[in-house]
Amino acid sequence: MKQVFGIVVQPGTSREEKKTGWRVFRPKFKQEACIGCRNCHMFCPDGAVYRIDKKKFDADLDACKGCGICAEMCPVDDIEMLLERN
Amino acid sequence: MAVEEVESRLLAYGHTACAGCGEALAARTVIEAAGPDVIIANATGCLEVFTTRFPRSAWRVPWIHSLFENAASVASGIEVALKALERSDEAKVIAQAGDGGTADIGMGAFSGMLERGHDILYVCYDTEVYSNTGFQRSGLTPLYAHTTTSPAGELTWGNATRKKDLPSIAVDHGAVYVATASVGYPQDITRKVKKALSLSGPKYIQIHCPCVPGWGIESHMTIRVARAAVNSGLIPLFEIVEGNIIGVRKIKEDERVSVEEYMKLQKRFSHVLKSPRGKDLIRQVQSIANLNIEKFGLLGINE
Repeated sequence: MKQVFGIVVQPGTSREEKKTGWRVFRPKFKQEACIGCRNCHMFCPDGAVYRIDKKKFDADLDACKGCGICAEMCPVDDIEMLLERN
Repeated sequence: MAVEEVESRLLAYGHTACAGCGEALAARTVIEAAGPDVIIANATGCLEVFTTRFPRSAWRVPWIHSLFENAASVASGIEVALKALERSDEAKVIAQAGDGGTADIGMGAFSGMLERGHDILYVCYDTEVYSNTGFQRSGLTPLYAHTTTSPAGELTWGNATRKKDLPSIAVDHGAVYVATASVGYPQDITRKVKKALSLSGPKYIQIHCPCVPGWGIESHMTIRVARAAVNSGLIPLFEIVEGNIIGVRKIKEDERVSVEEYMKLQKRFSHVLKSPRGKDLIRQVQSIANLNIEKFGLLGINE
């Protein structure tokens, strides 16, 4: 990693240290009953949820910390939180 | 997985905010609404610490941190420098701080920025405690909340003072735009940030963000708790332009909750609900909510 100056760092480099080990649960986007309300997309604190199609979303597990907000906010219960097993 | 949309966010992932952090969601919403052409001056606080753990940064916009108290002063300097270089049209200046950095430690610098009339948007992420250092009370901690410096015990009932009315202080300084928002309603934050940035002069937005460990809630409850605060009347959402209230978010009849229901969701109020004096304390908090409802006309329908 290039460091320009003692206290100046490169932008967006937090991605190099993934926080995926923090997860206890991981979201599973069933992509069956989705109505395209975008709640999961809008409320994700880490910006992990991305749009594939109008009524199809998924979570980037590199970014997801498993907080479960997407599953709670889904009005049609199309997201399930599964226990993380490595 | 490298998904373009996720990889290219202006506030990148990989920062060390807790799972379900309300402040992280608010910061992401603000920066996505403001766009890439901004310069941010950040005060010390949770937001600064979790986004810029040395030697990495989650920001993809010019971002500077100096001290706890001077986010507003640093932002003022940047704004004046842009003016001197005749480059004000190239970037907007945003100052951001937590509730401690705004209401207590940075109060003087914040007041100075408003007084001098800089063209800056000041965003306060109101988590109602000093989240970063272990949940001490701040000027924006609500009445009877348990914090590590206002502990509930046999003789005390948590924080003994009311939440400081910072938006009114900003209005009285002559800020051109003052608004409150809640992380429970991100589209409202987006609209208010865009509106603020379209106006010239000092602007202030206070965003209410639940703090998962500080309030004693589960990580998936952030949005539910934020919405309960708004729908109980404790956190009125309004917009004030040049001293006049131009809009409030009305509480829908079927969504209205009592302050007791809001307090039940959080561990920091558990002593109030358990104690025999609890009913009296809840009545006092409810009267604050009722005053807000009356003052801002939060019930009824929008005209």
